[in-house]
Amino acid sequence: MINPIENLNKTFDSRVRLGIMSTLMVNEKINFNDLKEVIEVTDGNLASHIKSLEENGYIKVNKGFIGRKTNTTYTITKAGEKAFQQHLWALEKMIKAMK
Amino acid sequence: MDERSRSLQELQHIKQMMERSSRFISLSSLSGISAGLCGLAGAWVAKKKIDCWQGVDCSGVSPVHSVIELLNYLLLVAIVTFVAAFIAAFIFTLYRSKKAGVSLWGSISLRLFWNISIPIVVGGFFLLRAMQLGQFELLAPGCLLFYGLGLVNAGKYTLREVTWLGYTEIVLGLISLWVTDYGLYFWGAGFGILHIVFGLVMWFRHERNIGTQSRTVPA
Repeated sequence: MINPIENLNKTFDSRVRLGIMSTLMVNEKINFNDLKEVIEVTDGNLASHIKSLEENGYIKVNKGFIGRKTNTTYTITKAGEKAFQQHLWALEKMIKAMK
Repeated sequence: MDERSRSLQELQHIKQMMERSSRFISLSSLSGISAGLCGLAGAWVAKKKIDCWQGVDCSGVSPVHSVIELLNYLLLVAIVTFVAAFIAAFIFTLYRSKKAGVSLWGSISLRLFWNISIPIVVGGFFLLRAMQLGQFELLAPGCLLFYGLGLVNAGKYTLREVTWLGYTEIVLGLISLWVTDYGLYFWGAGFGILHIVFGLVMWFRHERNIGTQSRTVPA
């Protein structure tokens, strides 16, 4: 039997990163403030986790404007979707294996 | 903590984040109940006037002299009822979202508002035209049907009870299509009683334990 723990994605170890990915799976795009509200974290904390997900190629950052104010939105990438689904699958396997 | 319960917790966290980010959950049960009371009051006032017009009983209302006068009066009652219900519902939900510390103006509530509005606005035009063509029997069923469609359409962006309420309104509306003599009773049941019932259901399911236990468990 393969070890399901190997399939768990280390990037999703953090609750904040997991939250960002879960949110983007069900929302086509979301802006910084809405994301902050859903996940309940500070600006700095959220920004650093977003950066690491972006570096992994899991999310895409789109810089835009509403009038003069910046409005940055985030979307999930194909790779991000795949990685997240694999992570879900690994979690499921783990629960089943330990019954 | 063993690996299995950790995985379970993680899945629950994922589910919660998905729900929280795609549903407007601060809808207050008091909004439903207050809207229901407005609906009942509106139906009662309308009933008194219609009774008077039909010569049954004119106590407490000024007599009506023409159909046009009656229709204008009923239209006024409908508008006042709608505005009162909307304002009351809005205030209670504003209060609840303030208490929960979430903004009422997020993209989710905008989506909710948009999705509920489409069937209702279209229905409004449809019924207005039906009135012009003299199809008064369609008013009560039409209100129930289009409102129900709006709720079902918007239900995926808020509490599940809204979807259930929508289906119930649709069923009631369909039945009333064939029982047009009792339109006002169906209208009162749909906009009055159902709102109150579903408001109570929402309260039991979501707000009863507020204070003793937080609705969203922070990580």
